[in-house]
Amino acid sequence: MRVFVPISVGGWTRLFSRWDVLAILLILGLLVFLGEASRNLFEPLAELQRQPPSLDPRNLPEYAARTTLRILIAMMLSLVFTFTYATLAAKSRSAERLLVPLLDILQSVPILGFISVTVVFFMSLAPGRVLGAEFASIFAIFTSQAWNMAFSFYQSLRTVPVELEEATRNFRLSGWMRFWRLDVPFAIPQLIWNMMMSMSGSWFFVVASEAISVGNTTVTLPGIGSYIALAIEHRDLAAVIWAIGTMLVVILIYDQVLFRPLVAWADRFRFEQEPGVPAPQSWAFDVLRRSRIVERLRERVTALWRSSLRWRRSRKAPSGAPAQRAGRALALLFTVVVPVLAAAALWQVATFSMTGIALRDVGVAMLLGFATLARVVVLIAIASLIWVPIGVWVGTRPRAALFVQPVAQFLAAFPANLLFPIVVSGIVAWQLNPNIWLSPLMILGTQWYILFNVIAGAAAIPAELRAVAVNLRVRGWLWWRRIALPAVLPYYVTGAITASGGSWNASIVAEVASWGNEHLRAQGLGAYIAEQTDAGDFHRIVLGIAVMSLFVVVINRVFWRPLYRYAERKFRLG
Amino acid sequence: MSTGLLDVHSLRQSFPRADGGEHLVLDGVELSLAQGQIVGLLGRTGSGKSTLLRLIAGLAQPSGGTVTYLGERVTGPAPGIAMVFQSFALFPWLTVLENVQLGLEALGLPDAEIRKRALAAIDLIGLDGYESAFPRELSGGMRQRVGFARALVVHPNILLMDEPFSALDVLTAETLRTDFLELWGEGKLPIKGVILVTHNIEEAVLLCDRILLFSTNPGRIISEIAVDLKQPRNRLDPRFRDLVEKIYVAMTARTPTPIGISDRPVATINTVLPRVSANLLAGLVETLAAAPYNGRADLPVLADELHLEIDDLFPVSDALQLLRLAETEGGDIKLTDIGKQFAELGTDDRKRLFQRQLLSYVPFAAHIRDVLQGRANHTAPKSRFFDELEDHMSTEDAELTLRAVIGWGRYAEVFAYDDDSGTFSLENPT
Repeated sequence: MRVFVPISVGGWTRLFSRWDVLAILLILGLLVFLGEASRNLFEPLAELQRQPPSLDPRNLPEYAARTTLRILIAMMLSLVFTFTYATLAAKSRSAERLLVPLLDILQSVPILGFISVTVVFFMSLAPGRVLGAEFASIFAIFTSQAWNMAFSFYQSLRTVPVELEEATRNFRLSGWMRFWRLDVPFAIPQLIWNMMMSMSGSWFFVVASEAISVGNTTVTLPGIGSYIALAIEHRDLAAVIWAIGTMLVVILIYDQVLFRPLVAWADRFRFEQEPGVPAPQSWAFDVLRRSRIVERLRERVTALWRSSLRWRRSRKAPSGAPAQRAGRALALLFTVVVPVLAAAALWQVATFSMTGIALRDVGVAMLLGFATLARVVVLIAIASLIWVPIGVWVGTRPRAALFVQPVAQFLAAFPANLLFPIVVSGIVAWQLNPNIWLSPLMILGTQWYILFNVIAGAAAIPAELRAVAVNLRVRGWLWWRRIALPAVLPYYVTGAITASGGSWNASIVAEVASWGNEHLRAQGLGAYIAEQTDAGDFHRIVLGIAVMSLFVVVINRVFWRPLYRYAERKFRLG
Repeated sequence: MSTGLLDVHSLRQSFPRADGGEHLVLDGVELSLAQGQIVGLLGRTGSGKSTLLRLIAGLAQPSGGTVTYLGERVTGPAPGIAMVFQSFALFPWLTVLENVQLGLEALGLPDAEIRKRALAAIDLIGLDGYESAFPRELSGGMRQRVGFARALVVHPNILLMDEPFSALDVLTAETLRTDFLELWGEGKLPIKGVILVTHNIEEAVLLCDRILLFSTNPGRIISEIAVDLKQPRNRLDPRFRDLVEKIYVAMTARTPTPIGISDRPVATINTVLPRVSANLLAGLVETLAAAPYNGRADLPVLADELHLEIDDLFPVSDALQLLRLAETEGGDIKLTDIGKQFAELGTDDRKRLFQRQLLSYVPFAAHIRDVLQGRANHTAPKSRFFDELEDHMSTEDAELTLRAVIGWGRYAEVFAYDDDSGTFSLENPT
């Protein structure tokens, strides 16, 4: 089982390079720009009130289909983005220096806070139409998928074996041909894995992005997310349960029909074949593979694709010179365009902080950030205390792992925000303190990353090491301290990074909750962003997002990244 | 200069070094390949022979000099020069047939012709029946056959082989060599000339018409040996053995140092040290001291007996010479008196002797100890020494050298090193 690292841990020894600073500036500039643009575009949209969806469970299949379609479209866009952005970053030295930090910072921007800004922006592009809202929703899902996919693809491209790369050059493959014959196949297994993670994450965002209120504008798109929002409004627990049931079925289908076949198919692209690891199986893939129609279709597509390879070849003979010229042009582009963009971003940010934001606001946001930070830290600690022992227990028992591992992955895919109403109705009923009891919602969906990474880590402990422990009668706490915990540490850190990043994001929907007309609120940066969204205060939305991104970036750089490197160096087995 | 298939003229390759100087990998290489010849490039790791092959293939650009192929200068991957790789470099997601077809697809030939030629190449190289197999299903020998078929199918004039048999077991490698020679001898291969990179002396004598010997750091051609034996050659033929011996002598002969010709290798502070464990050193000393060698062994015989390639054996013999535990002469390795003494001592005395040799003859080890003694807390960070090394050698060499010194220093208990914090210290954990 592979694990992926959701933050960049490569190369840099310095905490922040000047390219990081530039990346932060550009992203901040973009946020401010979108925020400002949205503020100005806001008014004409107020009339857009769509017919609310109905709570009739018979509508659920259609809603589920629409929700799924949004995710699939976003996935296509993410793939296109991945293939272009990551390829550019991997092939051009000058582009790489900016694009990689940019991606790293983008990963830390809380997408949920971002949705309100983009909704208004996209709806202004197609005013009064459903299309604008659909765009916004799809864009939100895209931002939850694309970054880590691009990152994985970039890392694969950087690790293409030298001799294979030399072979493609020796046999004079064109760039286009090389991309499809070498780069993409080599990256596929890792990419599919990351797509799976992205999809899991994006269920959460699709649900959140279907029903958004910005100021007086309420945008609702038919889908499971808006269905559940309506159910909350009507305090209809039965409808909530219907939605949860539907989602379970949808995720099951998507897992069986889309991802298992993909994983089984991707297995042939694995570069290293570890012996003893059984190939992933999928009944759907077997059916497809054996089908005559699919076979014939596949041949057609292959033939077409092969002729595309030749078409490129006849138009452009591979040779060093044009590639070099393109590289120089790109470098020039970067030396000219990037400073201009940076200056524009700086100007945006400067006027923004001069006019719209008082120092006091920044202080408030920072303070609330620490409140949310405390929550994240405590929750990760609690989740670790629960799931690490369980994960190790399961991982060292292959039979249990075989059963639990897919369940944990399934639970990670399940959008936890569907479960919020149940918890919230409980808090309301028992009059509990929202500052404490809303917190667990933040980690509800992300704790599973810790569990299934730890299972993978424990399962990877070689049988011989375990035999040594038995032989030397290493037991109890000593066994945990000397064998189990060190062995799973790299895996645990990977899972905890994902869980913590996800929790920050989830705080935006978890720290404020409502059940009918009862509104619960916990003190925190997430609640701050959510409330400013409700109020339509774009200045403070942007401020909240920026502060939250800052928290996530700094924590990644000073805590997770060094910890990961340490764990990787010291405890990676084999 | 002859105008053969391929001419290499005063070729030079270097990389910038950390201190702004340059690290020379290849220098002043002259080479020509005539029709019908197999030329071997023989040298140890770090002699730049693989770099030379990549320059010829147009996969890298030289810092100076020229590569001329059929009268035209090579500036990028040239049509008509195909390569066979040490690790096979097959695409694991393509079948045998698809792997072989790759080069033809790049040529943009029609599908029917691609298929015809690929099948013919598969047939020629003995891969019939494996067309639809994936590389992972094949043994190493069969995989390299695919490598050959893929290179031959584009009908190259020159075949470049980068240690093509070194990743295979002894028997498989021999079969593949024999098959290759047979096809070559019968003129069934579409190629006109071959350049073979190898570090296996017997392989070079078995296959090549001419062998170029390379020195290390930087790679220069130190000698050219013509092999006049008729094919098929017999390893047990006395003339074959003579040639092997002659090459061993040439490769272990002292290379001229800037100070002059010294009879013994002298390590300076900027010598790249061979990464050889103290255990291996002790092991070879013991083997040499015991019967049947009794303190002196013929290197080819020793290599054969211990199943060591020259890349394994030479670093050990180098290290022994540096430490004055052994010396080489005329293709033989001989224990010094200190070496003989070392073989007879117990563990603790050995360490003491090793410590003395290390501090006397490896200045860098003595330097580390001096620095540590000079500091109040007797510790120093790794970077302190690493940067110093990097001023004189490439980053990889600096890393290797530092690792070698750390290994020897630990064995001799001259200093301790903590890898977690990257610090040297004089204290040993008790």
